[in-house]
Amino acid sequence: MTGAILFADIDEPGLATLDVYRRRGGYGPRLLKALQMPREALVEELKASGLRGRGGAGFSMGTKASFMPKGQIDKYLVCNADESEPGTFKDRELMQKSPHMLLEGMIIAAYAAGANRSFIYIRGEYAQQAVIVERAIAEAKAAGLIGERILGTDFSLELWLHRGAGAYICGEETGLLDSLEGKRGNPRLKPPFPANQGLYQGPTLINHVETLATIPHIVEMGAQEYAAIGVQNSTGTKLVSISGHVRRPGNYEIELGTPARELIYGLAGGPGEGRTVKLWFPGGSSSPVLTGDDLDVSYDFDSLAKAGTMLGSGAIIVADDTTSVVDVALKTAQFYKHESCGKCTPCREGTNWTVKMLERVKSGEATPMDLDIMASVCENIIGHCLCVLGDAMAMPVGSMIKKFRGEFEAYIEQARAANPWGSGHAPVEALEAQGALA
Amino acid sequence: MAADVDGVNGGSAGDQAPITARHPGESVRRWSNGSRVPGWDDAADLSKPPAGVPDAATTPVPADLRAEIEDYMARYPDHRSAAIPALRAAQERHGWCSPEAIDQVAAVMRLTPGYLVAVASFYDMLELQPVGRRSVYVCTNISCSLCGADELYARLEEELGEDPGVNLRHFECLGACDIAPMASVDGVYVGPIEPGEIAELAEQIRTGAAPLPAKQLLDRKSADPGAAPR
Ligand SMILES: Cc1cc2nc3c(=O)[nH]c(=O)nc-3n(C[C@H](O)[C@H](O)[C@H](O)COP(=O)(O)O)c2cc1C
Ligand code: FES
Repeated sequence: MTGAILFADIDEPGLATLDVYRRRGGYGPRLLKALQMPREALVEELKASGLRGRGGAGFSMGTKASFMPKGQIDKYLVCNADESEPGTFKDRELMQKSPHMLLEGMIIAAYAAGANRSFIYIRGEYAQQAVIVERAIAEAKAAGLIGERILGTDFSLELWLHRGAGAYICGEETGLLDSLEGKRGNPRLKPPFPANQGLYQGPTLINHVETLATIPHIVEMGAQEYAAIGVQNSTGTKLVSISGHVRRPGNYEIELGTPARELIYGLAGGPGEGRTVKLWFPGGSSSPVLTGDDLDVSYDFDSLAKAGTMLGSGAIIVADDTTSVVDVALKTAQFYKHESCGKCTPCREGTNWTVKMLERVKSGEATPMDLDIMASVCENIIGHCLCVLGDAMAMPVGSMIKKFRGEFEAYIEQARAANPWGSGHAPVEALEAQGALA
Repeated sequence: MAADVDGVNGGSAGDQAPITARHPGESVRRWSNGSRVPGWDDAADLSKPPAGVPDAATTPVPADLRAEIEDYMARYPDHRSAAIPALRAAQERHGWCSPEAIDQVAAVMRLTPGYLVAVASFYDMLELQPVGRRSVYVCTNISCSLCGADELYARLEEELGEDPGVNLRHFECLGACDIAPMASVDGVYVGPIEPGEIAELAEQIRTGAAPLPAKQLLDRKSADPGAAPR
């Protein structure tokens, strides 16, 4: 593949400081070039690069920036650094080791969007990373890279880091906006989309950390050269977080369109000795699972969509053949149950009942009919809520039931044989001992 | 969060009665009034007016806390945006979002305590019950549990016992699945934690020492071969 872009210098000692970042070409001629371009030309350049959002939905970055209305109103740029999709940990490494790359990307993106105020919303759990980013912001402000009339142009930008406090839903862009406004992080009805009415009702561009950090490189390389990396419709490189049953878990920068087998086996070393891949999530726990038979799929937006799943946040979670699919399904469902904000009934109740039914499967109280009920609950969540958190449980759990139905049924039978009373029904002797039958 | 009805995270005011099991052997944790949801079955006392914005004259606020909250408020076009940072600042000083902490934030931000409690109850890291000062989050999400996080949690719980100074919690994916199984000790990420290191980690948590210094995430090199320094 072509050389690394985002990770090229990532382990360079001191890269988090302004000095070293500058020595590595940061805040150099490319920043001035971007800020001196006419806004429209910069947006066109971003569109032409083919850069698609790295946060989950994969929407064209340049197109989203072009939706920002013109004119003299308060506009905002918000960087989504909530990174709470299970399996994802690349923004953490990027912000911790190269925070200035994100800041430089934000300056350029804010200019493109005509925004003069910007915020980074970082998840509360990233306390160590928050300190590092905060330090970088202070350095950039002291050097005049953030503030009034940046590099002598007439573009000014305010930037603050905002720490969350532990809620997955605040990664969803409208939930994030509410949380940033100091409220409970409930998603909003769309439309209006944030580009029209976002933060404090003002036009707001929201982008993910990796999307923003890529922008300085696009300006430097030029859109054409960037678009030549990757495959059609999925240009550029992508950070993937590979974890679970692999020998070398970690973040890897790959060219989009690399076969998944090369990522899981080549880069991450595959599962342990004598084990095989049973199932894997290609894009975080919200993506429908694939099996060991799907390892030759090309890792890019469109090929994964064609395979019935999605690239999502670029987090590959691998489970080997020692894993029980029932356990994975239960863990997945429990997460979404806990994180549902409770605003929409299908999501709140659907995630709750899916957990209950999976617990029945485990305790031996379920029948195969419960699998059908679960599948229908999943169907009834999808597309029926303000945001897709419920869908994000329904799709992977639904895919597990569909692809591993035989294993679920066998599990139900075994659990029933092992525990004929189920967990909720104590044997008569126990009830007598409690005096419950007196 | 809101949809969580276990009564573990979603408390309302801080003065709820403790959680008890009503029926022997019952696994569901209940509040003393039998409800599984804090505050739900308590009738509102309509004879009292709802708490308004606390009177600044009669609500003493430590000077450093006031300064920190006012600094946050100045960052945003709408000062209400400072609610979460302000609550965290108060929690750092009081150990949890106690009624007193909430009143202090409310007095500085000119908001009602009810608004702030509603906000705080949404977020996992804001505590509405008194908890141990040292927070230990063990990730038990998918990747970590594939790598033995549930055993890690059970062993850590056993080692720490009922230490009132420690707030040991299951947590959702902490964004560090590359070091699974892992834990965050007062925000310091450590992992992968081997079974043989759990007793040592528990001791460090108890004594307030740095957790597993050789296993801290910040010192870890990237796994990507393309990332080696040139
Ligand atoms: C339930 C849910 C959780 C999300 N969590 C995150 C997240 O943690 N980080 C993130 O960048 N985007 C997350 N997103 C996607 C955002 O809503 C949004 O699409 C993204 O930040 C846009 O940035 P991009 O265009 O640069 O990808 C989430 C979406 C949903 C529905
Ligand atoms: S699953 Fe534990 S940190 Fe991600």
